[in-house]
Amino acid sequence: MGKTISEKILSTKSGSDARAGDIVISAVDLVFAQDTTGPLTIRQFKSGNKQTLASPGRTALFIDHASPSPNRQLSNDHIFIREFAAETGCLLFDAGSGVCHQIVAEQLARPGDVIVGADSHTVTAGALGAFATGMGSSDVAVAMSLGKTWFRVPETIGIEVTGKFARGVGAKDLVLHLIGTIGADGATYKALEFMGSAIDDMPVWQRLTVSNMAVEAGAKVGLFHSDRVTAEYLKSQGRGKEYTPIASDADAVYERMIKVAADRLEPMVSMPHSVDNTTTAKSLSGVHVNQVFIGTCTNGRLEDMGEAASILKNKKVHAGVRLIVCPASKKIYTQAINAGYIQAIIEAGGIILPPGCAGCLGLHQGALGDKEICLSTANRNFKGRMGNPGGLIYLASTDTAAASALTGVITDPREVL
Amino acid sequence: MAPLKGRAFKFGDDISTDLIIAGKYAHLRSNLPELAKHAMEDANPEFIKLVRPGDFIVAGSNFGLGSSREHAPLVIKMAGVSAILARSFARIFFRNAINQGLPALICPTDKIADGDNLEISLDEGLIRNITRNESYSFTKLPPTMLNILNEGGLIPYINRHGDLRI
Repeated sequence: MGKTISEKILSTKSGSDARAGDIVISAVDLVFAQDTTGPLTIRQFKSGNKQTLASPGRTALFIDHASPSPNRQLSNDHIFIREFAAETGCLLFDAGSGVCHQIVAEQLARPGDVIVGADSHTVTAGALGAFATGMGSSDVAVAMSLGKTWFRVPETIGIEVTGKFARGVGAKDLVLHLIGTIGADGATYKALEFMGSAIDDMPVWQRLTVSNMAVEAGAKVGLFHSDRVTAEYLKSQGRGKEYTPIASDADAVYERMIKVAADRLEPMVSMPHSVDNTTTAKSLSGVHVNQVFIGTCTNGRLEDMGEAASILKNKKVHAGVRLIVCPASKKIYTQAINAGYIQAIIEAGGIILPPGCAGCLGLHQGALGDKEICLSTANRNFKGRMGNPGGLIYLASTDTAAASALTGVITDPREVL
Repeated sequence: MAPLKGRAFKFGDDISTDLIIAGKYAHLRSNLPELAKHAMEDANPEFIKLVRPGDFIVAGSNFGLGSSREHAPLVIKMAGVSAILARSFARIFFRNAINQGLPALICPTDKIADGDNLEISLDEGLIRNITRNESYSFTKLPPTMLNILNEGGLIPYINRHGDLRI
């Protein structure tokens, strides 16, 4: 009987014949935490008897959630993180480097790796064929110390996407449609595995968007095959030698299959206050927005900056709308400057923030006022998410966000493309 | 083990980690007693004033969805809650609660009303609703997680055994 990608990776990393439902102890190839989960992770690590890292070169700490720090308490947390990195010799990506998941994709994740991070969107690296999942501080502290963790091998839901995406429709619309279909707990404890002709052709920057949001359906991982597209991406990051192909077996067993026709998808929006509360952008046309936020580990990549710039170039953001744009990494920021995207966005009236998580989780840089509406390219619209339970958050693609920034109301991007 | 005793605080479906402990309080995460004063604030602002040691959170489906912040079960535990009962839990929260030594029990919760007095025997796998004279059973934890819970959490477990075991 064949194996899914999850079963293959966990078999290799546990040294056993891992099948869905089994409990395994797996080697961990990369472990990380960020600045809002890192301090507790370090304290849990220090309360353990074994206080040495299993692999300092494959342990990383990121200062991205509050970057740069908005207050003294978080500044002190950052000191604590820097001191720990200096003591142990682990990797440190300090303020301004970018969002952990983007840097993991650019520099650290390899196909076939088992990756655990103290951040729920660790699933993002599934786009490169890594079994990557979010865990809490205790689990991550133990993985740092022992170089391993335990997993229940997940059942897999296969998502087959065929056909071609229409102009103005893409990965974000696909994943919002999927979450709207199966629900915010539709894949709890499960793996999602993406396949089909539209997936084979999907570039890594879009695969990252899809994997990133797997957790919004409750999934443990959101996996793509490692294929020629992955090979090209790793090569473009100077890591061509780290490529290995990974695919599920033809006779792998899936709990169920969901089929999606890409050409039938429309620009989608999640309405407050849950990600599975989806509808089409068209059906919301006319909903006034106060703030548009383009960025995050979901949609802060170079191509997102390019999409935004092409819609905004030589135009003006609607009066009364704050457009906040945040490149997901320093590398993206530099490339977006060189490509002229940043200038086009600024000239249209956008505000550029330093690489990091920015206003996504309500710490700083874009907190909402009472009854304010934000259209965001992020992955969560929970009540209170952007710093105020009285704010309303809609989620959409970069195209939809940029189009709406021009009109001041939620807009189907096909109207301006 | 003596049964857990307390009152039910009822919540709905999809209680996110942002409702349990909002991201805007990230600056208090190295000051846990202050952080814990905001437990469940955006779901029920009165909760922290009313909760007493031993009480239970009783919720619908998908409790704890969202962030991996282990502070979520931690502040609930610090508020005095002795167990969380829900129809289902989000994956990361479920694991985090057990890793913090906080029982997270999967059971039908529709019949439990806000304020009901409950007694829970973890050994018997039984919830007694004293107010309504009913009992419910909860889904047993897998042995790996039960062993971690019985040691009071993951770090005490590792300190005792020196390694992970399944």
